[in-house]
Amino acid sequence: MKLLKLVPDNTNIRFLRWRVPFYVVSTLLILASWGLILTKGLNLGVDFVGGQMIRVTFERTAEAPVTELRQTVGQLGYGEPIIQQFGKPNEVSIRMKLPEGSEQNTDLADQMARKITASIKAGHPDARIDGVDSVSGKVSGELFKTGMQALIAAVIAISIYIWVRFEWQFGVGALYALVHDVSLTLGMFALTQMEFDLNIVAAILTLIGYSLNDTIVVYDRIRENLKKYRRMPMPELLDLSVNETLSRTIVTSLSVLITLLALLLLGPNVIFGFTAAITLGIFVGTYSSVYMAAPILIWLKVSSSSFVQVESEIERQERLAREKA
Amino acid sequence: MLDFPRWKQLWLWSITLLACLAALPSLVSVGGMSLPQGLPSPMINLGLDLAGGSHILLEANPEQVKRQRLETMEEDVRARMRNADKPIRIGEISTKDGTVSFMVADPGQVDAAREELQTLTSGAQLTGQRDWDLQVLDGNRIVLKPTQAGIDLAISQAMDTATEVVRKRIDALGTREPTIIRQGENRIVVQVPGLKDPAALKNLLGQTAKLEFKLVDSLALPSDVAQGIAPPGSEIVPLVADPRTGQTGGAIAVKRLGGIKGDRLTNAQQGFDQQTNEAIVTITFDQQGGAKFAKLTTENVGKPFAIILDGKVLSSPVINEPIIGGTARISGSFTVESANQLAIALRSGALPVDLKVVEERSVGPDLGADSIEKGMIAFGAGTLALMLFMLITYGRFGFYTNAALILNTLMILGIMAIMNTTLTLPGIAGFVLTIGAAVDANVLINERIREERARGRKVIQAVEMGYTEASRAIFDANITNVIAATLMFLFGSGPVRGFAIVLMIGIATSVFTAVTLTRMWVAGWLRRARPSELVL
Repeated sequence: MKLLKLVPDNTNIRFLRWRVPFYVVSTLLILASWGLILTKGLNLGVDFVGGQMIRVTFERTAEAPVTELRQTVGQLGYGEPIIQQFGKPNEVSIRMKLPEGSEQNTDLADQMARKITASIKAGHPDARIDGVDSVSGKVSGELFKTGMQALIAAVIAISIYIWVRFEWQFGVGALYALVHDVSLTLGMFALTQMEFDLNIVAAILTLIGYSLNDTIVVYDRIRENLKKYRRMPMPELLDLSVNETLSRTIVTSLSVLITLLALLLLGPNVIFGFTAAITLGIFVGTYSSVYMAAPILIWLKVSSSSFVQVESEIERQERLAREKA
Repeated sequence: MLDFPRWKQLWLWSITLLACLAALPSLVSVGGMSLPQGLPSPMINLGLDLAGGSHILLEANPEQVKRQRLETMEEDVRARMRNADKPIRIGEISTKDGTVSFMVADPGQVDAAREELQTLTSGAQLTGQRDWDLQVLDGNRIVLKPTQAGIDLAISQAMDTATEVVRKRIDALGTREPTIIRQGENRIVVQVPGLKDPAALKNLLGQTAKLEFKLVDSLALPSDVAQGIAPPGSEIVPLVADPRTGQTGGAIAVKRLGGIKGDRLTNAQQGFDQQTNEAIVTITFDQQGGAKFAKLTTENVGKPFAIILDGKVLSSPVINEPIIGGTARISGSFTVESANQLAIALRSGALPVDLKVVEERSVGPDLGADSIEKGMIAFGAGTLALMLFMLITYGRFGFYTNAALILNTLMILGIMAIMNTTLTLPGIAGFVLTIGAAVDANVLINERIREERARGRKVIQAVEMGYTEASRAIFDANITNVIAATLMFLFGSGPVRGFAIVLMIGIATSVFTAVTLTRMWVAGWLRRARPSELVL
């Protein structure tokens, strides 16, 4: 039986020849992402800014009447709603600010939800109310804070771990790759104005984990080769390491993409944003492991002297056998 | 490395089997069946986003607890000073700036007063910490300042009681399997699956249900009352809004002292007034409460008294005759529904603090069912495609990878059931991701074996090298994922946590199945078949 081989043996692509232009482009992309985040801003969901979100599915309409809904709900006197389709064209989320004084009197938020759903149902009997979320400003502030804390703490803790397990240069490289991944993902959310909620924070934490997985596999090989080929120039050694792990990188990325694609196409619409974020993260994360995390080791001057050659049991036996012969 | 003694194999298989068995009850229940009774059947709970239902976060204001403590202290001090063996005369009691302070008229009695206050200020705890600090200023001014320990304890106790009351009220609604948990210093999380009308639940929880009976100050001038000016010794209490018209307005003056609290109840029922056919609530006092109520009504026949609920006057009927039977009827333009709610609230006791809804999420049951179905289909399709990919890429080793994958799935479900964790929507996503990542471990190993073979190593050595060399990267990668998952769990809330739990369990099981189990199978195959060539 002939097995599928996506990457031929002894592949030798000189990935790092273009490291400087790639680095410049990537750094520009990071800056552009932050530019977008700061100018356009993230479309923060009720989790983070407070307010009320009502999810509606129109069971017998192909496309939700967004413009009409905006008018109907806008006329109720609670201010302009933010209406977005998510997942499928017949599913929308309607977001409102909580009415004035609802911090004291929680009935007001209920009344608003009742009025909005009643006005939608009056015009569209096939409308199904899938859920109502009300989050007060105080709680949303806390959710935002804890979400950001989790992100920053994860990035820092992981970098420290890599510093301890490898060398400080690797820690810096991993950190830069992570900053790259997170920035670009946030940038995409700013660009597309997809809703950014708590689930997306979980998605970003996941892609941090995934991207790191990739970076570690490459780093592990670099560490191994540093011990093996003590005289090889750094760029060559990095190219060798990336090429040696290339097959694995592609097979794993494809595997994860297969499951994510299934989730994206067939899974529940509610987590569309979530899966989309992770899917993007797989591409960005794989790229950053090769082009962000590795070249930085050249500039930070990692030397093989930091790593002591340790011979494995099998290698020792093989050497003894060779010497005997 | 490839050595697996029989006991070790047995041990690994039993762990695997046990975890997989634990998944059985949950899997069977999805198919609409159940296992025979009497067998232990751990189940995975479905989160509200999957099962439908309401999540409500209630918050109490700690300032209110502090204020109430000051008020109680004020009353206690007054009673103690009056009831002392030799009554101690004191001036006005002030409760400003978070302290209780008053003058002792005769400076010679300061020590006696101090003695009297001893039991009030020393804490009920065994640690010997004081609840209040007592200071004497200017020779005869006693200042009682609550200690932080005392405040913390009071808030904690109030929240415990509040949680208990909330539980009683929700149980009275007859909903199934509510989750009620205290969170942090001053919050309570309520989760009720499959709830149709969250508004009723919120109304019920929003009622403090503090019932008071106070005498109406009939001497107060209506013009003063309208302006909110209370005569000395009285206070202005607003009337409750009409539940049918929602109109508010009006207030009456009631005497501050001499009333009683309606907290000593044994029962409360919704009923109807026989003459007007209006909805009312009938309450039954316990013995002590009944005696107090009888005394109040006996001494004030012919006078109006106000029934006050949560600081609003429900009604102010005239006492026609002494009520000594220990039961009373509360009228106050109720609807049947609101009377019923009040009855439940009174039965379950008053909340020691007001609770406010600060977060509410509800999911319709249809969406939940839809999500489960789609999640399952996506998972099934994704896994099948992945397994096919593994098979054509790695052949026999791909088969081992797939077997590990299936066991991994079952083990995650089993451990989730044993730990009684909740599967949420992001949890399903975490699940799918774990499967994808678990495959990575096998990919790393298989690729490494390929590489070692290409370098000319013999089959056994290549397999052994594959496992040892790949393990390092697998270990490091999983540790970083554990770090991410732990932080998600610690900092995250709700959905993020559900995701983190699945991820953590998945990391543990995937290392076990993808590394340990496949190694055992490969080792067994190598021993039996002794292949000189690998198809990889």
